[in-house]
Amino acid sequence: MSTQTSTQTDTDLGRGIAPTAPRRGGGLGQGRSAAGFLAPFVILYLLFVIGPTIYGLLLSFTNASLVKPGLNGFAGFGNYGEALGSGDFWSSLWHTLWFTILTTPPLVILGFVLALLANRLGRGRWFFRLAFFAPYVLPSAVVALIWLWLYTPALGLLDTALAKVGMTPPSWLGDAAWAMPSLAITTVWWTLGFNFVLYLAGLQEIPRDLYEAAAMDGAGPWQQIRSITIPMLGRTTTLVAVLQVIASLKVFDQMYLMTQGGPNFATRSILQLVYDEGFTNFRVGYAAAVSMLFFIVVLAVSAVWFTLVRRQEKVV
Amino acid sequence: MTNNPVTWSRRRLLGTAAAAIGLGASGVLSGCSSVAGGLGAERDTGTLDFWNLFGGGDGVRMQQMLDAYQQGHPEIELAAVTLAWGNPYYTKLSLATVGDRPPEVAISHLTRMKNLVRADLLEELLPDDLARHGMTPDKFNQRAWEAGLVDGKAYAIPIDTHPFVMFYNTDICQEAGLLDASGKLKPLDGETAFIDAMTAAKQVTGGFGGALAFVSETSTPWRMFQSFYSQLGGQMLADDGNRVVIDDAKATQVLEFMQGLTRDGLFPNPIDYQGSIAMFANGETGFFFQGEWEITTFQTAKLPFSMTLFPNVFGGGTYAVQADSHTFVLPKQPHRDQARLDRSLTFVRSMLDQSKTWTEGGHVPLWLPFAESSEFAQMSPQSNYASAADSAAYDADGWYSGSGSNFEIITGSAIADVLAGASSPQQAIAQMRGNLEQLAGTASPL
Repeated sequence: MSTQTSTQTDTDLGRGIAPTAPRRGGGLGQGRSAAGFLAPFVILYLLFVIGPTIYGLLLSFTNASLVKPGLNGFAGFGNYGEALGSGDFWSSLWHTLWFTILTTPPLVILGFVLALLANRLGRGRWFFRLAFFAPYVLPSAVVALIWLWLYTPALGLLDTALAKVGMTPPSWLGDAAWAMPSLAITTVWWTLGFNFVLYLAGLQEIPRDLYEAAAMDGAGPWQQIRSITIPMLGRTTTLVAVLQVIASLKVFDQMYLMTQGGPNFATRSILQLVYDEGFTNFRVGYAAAVSMLFFIVVLAVSAVWFTLVRRQEKVV
Repeated sequence: MTNNPVTWSRRRLLGTAAAAIGLGASGVLSGCSSVAGGLGAERDTGTLDFWNLFGGGDGVRMQQMLDAYQQGHPEIELAAVTLAWGNPYYTKLSLATVGDRPPEVAISHLTRMKNLVRADLLEELLPDDLARHGMTPDKFNQRAWEAGLVDGKAYAIPIDTHPFVMFYNTDICQEAGLLDASGKLKPLDGETAFIDAMTAAKQVTGGFGGALAFVSETSTPWRMFQSFYSQLGGQMLADDGNRVVIDDAKATQVLEFMQGLTRDGLFPNPIDYQGSIAMFANGETGFFFQGEWEITTFQTAKLPFSMTLFPNVFGGGTYAVQADSHTFVLPKQPHRDQARLDRSLTFVRSMLDQSKTWTEGGHVPLWLPFAESSEFAQMSPQSNYASAADSAAYDADGWYSGSGSNFEIITGSAIADVLAGASSPQQAIAQMRGNLEQLAGTASPL
């Protein structure tokens, strides 16, 4: 799921970040037509996002089962108590956070660096743009298959290559300490392209004359990057980082397809726990409670980010 | 299926959702009936939806059997849907049935079928109906038939038992002096005989003796553990899964033995499922441990190999091996319909009559008219391990148990850690017990 759906969130967040347009005139008629334009979205949003969320909240207070009719009895805060007291809940929450920590910095920094390099190129720029963005268009199942073969013990490309230069490769997906970094590497390769494109767009927004003026004042390339490029890309960086954190927190596909949460549950993400409990153990009520708790975590992370963004906007 | 108006809302909701998807699907995919199969909103009297989980060689043979059935019954519109096996399959089957859009016939593992029964999703198969189609209990292997009964009632018609078996490379074993005069593998019963054979094979290959997948794979380590542990008479769960009864001494003995195999370099570490197949196919190991269904893989690879019973290392007088059975089940339909029932049972009978085709995929037949025939006795290597069906150690009963279930994931993960050398047998047992007790203590959602 990671970042695949983020294009949609993009527009939402973009709106949140952009300063609100000043209200101009506009009578009742305009409001009505605005409502008309909003309606298709609002109706779908209510039907498929708000509705299910409220239903999920209700379910989390019941013992609902996937294969039994009815809500199967009121559980009060029982499901929440069970989740908070469960080692599985905390460990999978940590796995999700650990994955986010492992993927966000490289995805943001590499996205920036590669965009910077690609932007400097005169000829052949299209090739690098394509090369860095290409993996992003692959579906998660294809990415998982490619990397499973790369990571295959003894026979895989990585192991064979490392053995040739006399190194002993780790058990990429079989060792609890290596499995998450291995998944993070896969994810960086896969989703880097999206951040790369956002940065590339950001770079092209920076007026040329700033660089010309700086060059005339005797600023070297490194100084130009530090004093012009990075500050001018501030908004882009905030956007990329927010999108990346949210996308990483949503991780499910890579683990589910490549390690099934293993070895020994060392890479089970919180969403896979929800899936395991809800769809495998049929405990929909409990699964709903776990997802509500996760919702609170995501909400808290987003709140922190938005506070930071506000502060930044005041400075700018 | 109770039609209690108070408790109907969830089912109706799901039903409506499924119908909506079905309508959408039939609109978009009107030319592709097999995809829309189980969800189609129209249900003519002549249709028969069949869901299965067979890929690879099994999938090819199942298609042959379906083609043969279709030729004999051209008037029936057969829609076969193949889904990925494991938890997702059972989730989909459950949801389709809860949502009142079940297929007429579906495949289920014997160990998963019982939970479908407890969730009230399967039609009971009445003795009269079965007898009308000639499928009386005495026509089946008794171990499998009886293991499939729930409170003495039949809900499933087993077609095979698929045991954990031992594959061996005949060239390597010949060179290692492990074959007898007739070219058959000498028995590897007992710890010493087993270790000696693996060591001898290792010396020939220069690589490893045998291969057992355990990276990104939980079922395979569980299968080997369960085979050894059952030979010692060990049990995992009791009281329908409400109690965890792991025998520490027996489990430790088995885990120490298994850990020794990777520690002493007789088995590769690490190794995943595809890797273990590749190593055996490339002659880098003399033995390979997996379910018999991999027979097709090595036949295709033109490997000089044979298969036999998983060795009786710990059993002495009693033999046991981990196994499960594929069964045909009839998910509960919104309305009972005698004609539909007969159509479904005729279909199942036709599949049983083609047991020979199915057996070519390595599975042990349970349909006695074929299993006891001389035709089967001549099938090699399938007949070498046919007796596994009588000694099958099925996964223990429990709402979280069965093939590919959370039970296997929990136990298999802990066992894999032992094989990888990442945890001690004691740690693994403590972990299994802890996780299983958590599930055992949870009220069954079924």
